[in-house]
Amino acid sequence: MNSEPPIIVDIRHISKSYLRGSQVIPVLEDISLAIVTGEFLALMGPSGSGKSTLLNLIAGLDRADAGTITVGETDISALSETALAAWRAAHVGFIFQFYNLIPVLTAFENVELPLVLTDLTRRQRREHVQMVLGLVNLGDRADHYPRQLSGGQQQRVAIARALVTDPTLLVADEPTGDLDRVSAEDVLVLMERLCSDLGKTIIMVTHDPRAARRARRVKHLDKGVLTNALEAAVPECL
Amino acid sequence: MLWKLLYRNAFRHKLRALLTVCGVAVAVLAFGLLSTLVDAWYAGVSAAAANRLVIRHAISLTFSLPIAYMEKIRAVDGVKAISHMTWFGGVYIDRKNFFANFAVDPRSFLDLYPEFILPEDQRSGFLKDRRGCIVGRGLARRFGWKVGDTVPLQGTIYSGDWPMTLRGIYQGRDKSTDENQLFFHWDYLNERLKESYPRRANRAGIFVIEVAHADDAPAVAGAVDAVFKNSLAETRTETERAFQLGFVTMSEAILMAIRLVSLIIICIIMAVVANTMIMSVRERMHEFAVFKTLGYGAFHLAGLILGESLVICAAGGALGIAATFPALRILAGYVGNIFPVLDITSTTLWLDVLAAVVVALVAAAFPIRKVITVRIVDALGRVA
Repeated sequence: MNSEPPIIVDIRHISKSYLRGSQVIPVLEDISLAIVTGEFLALMGPSGSGKSTLLNLIAGLDRADAGTITVGETDISALSETALAAWRAAHVGFIFQFYNLIPVLTAFENVELPLVLTDLTRRQRREHVQMVLGLVNLGDRADHYPRQLSGGQQQRVAIARALVTDPTLLVADEPTGDLDRVSAEDVLVLMERLCSDLGKTIIMVTHDPRAARRARRVKHLDKGVLTNALEAAVPECL
Repeated sequence: MLWKLLYRNAFRHKLRALLTVCGVAVAVLAFGLLSTLVDAWYAGVSAAAANRLVIRHAISLTFSLPIAYMEKIRAVDGVKAISHMTWFGGVYIDRKNFFANFAVDPRSFLDLYPEFILPEDQRSGFLKDRRGCIVGRGLARRFGWKVGDTVPLQGTIYSGDWPMTLRGIYQGRDKSTDENQLFFHWDYLNERLKESYPRRANRAGIFVIEVAHADDAPAVAGAVDAVFKNSLAETRTETERAFQLGFVTMSEAILMAIRLVSLIIICIIMAVVANTMIMSVRERMHEFAVFKTLGYGAFHLAGLILGESLVICAAGGALGIAATFPALRILAGYVGNIFPVLDITSTTLWLDVLAAVVVALVAAAFPIRKVITVRIVDALGRVA
């Protein structure tokens, strides 16, 4: 009997380049990667290495020039814009470096935002939101606006927003990049718990080796090429 | 929750939102006032009855017709009733107190114009008193006249003092009925003319006839004019509506200018609101990118922007419409003698609403297109 968890993200021969004027700038070249269910993967690399681009492709925010990305049973490279938006709403939770909360909405309302697109009743939505706010220890801050919360608290609201639809994937782009050390630690502990206790698959882009150490696997991107160079460097994480 | 979001976004920058709302309100107010002025110009046309015809001198309205025509016209097939009116042009104390005043044949006039509602005792009092007159409710209110008062008119076309006794105050049956006119006995005028200007006596400014069916109007008009063909005073017969429209068309260029100005005002405010929406959306482009990231599609994003634009324009529109009523009352104080019927119509109110909605739609169109077409990764990287 095979005890290996199933592959949730299957990336095959992905390439991506950008146009700057008439100049073509390759960002990713022939990238292939498999991520299994419940994995906590860190993508590291210097600025401009293409790690955020890869994350955007996996999350369906951008499209590759070549290759395929399959998440679960869905080849997201083949989806239309509308279908891709619906797929993102159902399957992906996002955590941004600068939280990207809507300033005119309370913590509760920010977390509720992805649920507005679902068929849930108002009462069901409220239950879901209260549950995830409790999970990130912000149950008592539901009525606070983002400006009334610290950076760490805002990021935890963003994590709650990412979690509330119970997505297949959690993608995080430098989630601790704008936080002080203590808040960053809180957020990383939380993400670790989401992976270990709830079995969430997390893909995190980071510059920070301390953050990467929380991941179970680390991949390194350099000049658009994926290497395993850092996997050996963080064996204690595995 | 999306309603809350619309409202909060619309008033996120309170001063900017307030100024834009005020701009829309002023535009809607100006549009409403100008449209009402144009309507007031056409009030006589609106009040015209379909089954009444006006017979005037073929050369010009300034020429009168022999009163002897009355019986000849009455004899024409299809004529149900007939009366006559003569523009008197009298002045009350001062020229600035202008109002329309006519010498009429009282009994036939009141029968022909049922829209002038007069209490029975006042009606009989008017009919019995050869020096009596009736005025509209608006005119009586304007000068504080009561039944029994003496109204001293000074003649301009027919010189001299013309004191009359107010015998009745009529009320308009419809909103479009002019309540700022004075009518007195033609006999009073004619008797004095016989003494002082015999050549001007026994003449009427226009005849007004009623036909049994409005459909008969063209045939009856043709028949009346045929009776006086090749006479010294040929006639021109037309519907009351066409007659009134003749006055309006004299000022067609002014009306066109007013309409154009009201459209320009709407276009200007359209640009102002569009500018506000473009700025507002550009500042929040990264937020819209977050919405897109969360799975919000083009329909939802368009709804959010359009809703915001509609909230601003609805607030401005409501404020503008609400301000139109007191503004019209103030305006009526200044131009009420020129435009006796100065009421905002339901059509104007609907046009106000339509203008606000169109402004909202147009203003939202550009930002919606921008938000829908922008790539998420580009917008997320944008710093407002």
